[in-house]
Amino acid sequence: MKNDILLKIAGKSILKNKMRTLLTMLGVIIGVGAVSVLAAVGTGAKSQIEEQIQNLGTNLIVITAGSTSQGGVSQGAQSFNRLSLEDVEALEGQSFLLAGVSPIISSRAQMVGGSGNWVTSAEGVDVDYTVIRDWPLASGAFFQQEDLRSNGKVVVLGSTVAEALFPYEDPVGQQIRVRDVPFSIIGVLAPKGQTASGRDLDDVILVPYTTAQTRLSGRQFIPQILASTYTPEDIPAAQEEIRAILRDAHGLARNESDDFEVRNQSELTDTASETARIMTLLLSAIAGISLLVGGIGIMNIMLVSVTERTREIGLRLALGARGADVLTQFLVEAVVMSLAGGVVGVALGFTGSEIVKAVTGWNTMISPQIVLLALGFAGGVGVFFGFYPARRAAALDPIEALRYE
Amino acid sequence: MNTQNTPLIIQARNLTRVYRMGSTEVRALRGVDLTVDSGEMIAIMGASGSGKSTLMNILGCLDRPTSGTYTLDGARVDTLSKNELADVRNQKLGFVFQGFNLLPRTTALENVELPLLYDRTGRKMDTREMAARALERVGLGNRMDHEPSEMSGGQQQRVAIARALVTEPAVILADEPTGNLDSQTSLEIMSLFQKLNREGTTVLLVTHEPDIAEYAQRIVELRDGVVIRDEPVLAPRWAEEDAAEYHEPEMAGVR
Repeated sequence: MKNDILLKIAGKSILKNKMRTLLTMLGVIIGVGAVSVLAAVGTGAKSQIEEQIQNLGTNLIVITAGSTSQGGVSQGAQSFNRLSLEDVEALEGQSFLLAGVSPIISSRAQMVGGSGNWVTSAEGVDVDYTVIRDWPLASGAFFQQEDLRSNGKVVVLGSTVAEALFPYEDPVGQQIRVRDVPFSIIGVLAPKGQTASGRDLDDVILVPYTTAQTRLSGRQFIPQILASTYTPEDIPAAQEEIRAILRDAHGLARNESDDFEVRNQSELTDTASETARIMTLLLSAIAGISLLVGGIGIMNIMLVSVTERTREIGLRLALGARGADVLTQFLVEAVVMSLAGGVVGVALGFTGSEIVKAVTGWNTMISPQIVLLALGFAGGVGVFFGFYPARRAAALDPIEALRYE
Repeated sequence: MNTQNTPLIIQARNLTRVYRMGSTEVRALRGVDLTVDSGEMIAIMGASGSGKSTLMNILGCLDRPTSGTYTLDGARVDTLSKNELADVRNQKLGFVFQGFNLLPRTTALENVELPLLYDRTGRKMDTREMAARALERVGLGNRMDHEPSEMSGGQQQRVAIARALVTEPAVILADEPTGNLDSQTSLEIMSLFQKLNREGTTVLLVTHEPDIAEYAQRIVELRDGVVIRDEPVLAPRWAEEDAAEYHEPEMAGVR
């Protein structure tokens, strides 16, 4: 039989019982709809997390002081800090793959100036810092090598701090006191937003690390070194390079383990991907259950339909339809019904995700892959659950079927 | 009986059919011989349980005989597979049922078109055109877009006859075609069968009504699974003449 005729027959029989068809499709509609909404929200959440991680800086490598073990007993992370300015210099001097290296010496600091006072994290960093973090300035300028050498009392404000202390004027050129030490403000950073965990990245001030060591923290060791590569592809090689340089600088023997840790952004991204994976798994479970229920509904109605139309089947067989023709007819009917349910479900999911977007402001999106997957599954459900009733129809004996009352 | 140079359409030899119901055997046919020439109109009669329905099912290729041979239009069909039988039904047989068996909510034209959709030879392309011509032959050229619910019983049966005709089958098998109709409409239907038969269609009629059987040229009667009578009707009646007594306007459609 010709395909368009099969579709026409299926469409006619589906439309004959509109209410029943609608109720039957409801299972698939709700299943596909719920899955599309959740998938859209999940995709939105995932892209948001990825964006936030990108905010930390591109191609970023984080070196922290590691654990040491004494007599086989691990002392835990940063138990024995061996990162030093010499390490920073070694990295700067020996590395080929790193675009920038900066120590991070952070401390909490009270500051007074402008319209009031504020407590924030004061970070002592190198001149490369803005490059490493991919963090442009909103106004003013960043400090120079000259400021590092002279332990210059210059500061660059994060946008939150700038907002808090100088809401109505440009802070550049003003003076503030940090821990009672007067600093001149030479620049303001562009806003960067929040981390995935909700910490405000802009609630920070940056000073030369030499200044931080001498005037703010007073400590000589360096808890953390940030570095960045030119391209993301360089990251694994750069990590190996860093390890080699630092092991050499620390004079570690072959059998000694690293006394530092080198991590990169992709490891943070992995955490986000893991979250997304669990979410996907959960969604698949919901999708599976709802499609199973929808499929059983379709099978049930198809069985009723086969019984109701026994005489019609008998007639078709008498007129020369082969079993395969009847099988195809009922299978097409089931698939058309479940696919139609899938289409309505996707439309419903689209509406739902727009509502979620409007209410929560999340960047929800229904990707073409989700639509294809949803429709594919809906069609699959039609074939799977339509096959048994269709086979029953095809196996009917024409004489019995014609005689059926 | 026709002369010997007329081709045989149906040649059945010693047909038996045994149904097994658990441990008991029901012998519905006990050796039936039947030959039908092209262009004949035959009535098969018998009380219920005589085996006429079983014979009809076998002749209609809906069932296979337990033993015996059946040659339809020059080809053995008693040994064919299910799918081959379906193709034989589609190509060589036309069915008319007591209950019309039209698809509801489907126009007359689409109902008549139905058997052409199952055609596998690929020769029947202009299915619409063929269906329309068949409907014109049964006098329903002006009712093509009507659905069964909009037609009288007689009209519905004529649609069913058009559906049987449309594939130009070797034989039309009509199983109690007037069983659900009043006597006047029955005459119209029999008149239509006689007209088609005059035009060359071979008609095999199953009925238990003797006055309907008299419109055939030959009557075959079964009892207990065997043929007890096979003789020509000496004075065949013309349904058209009998119907004329009713003077009903609906006859205008059938000529």
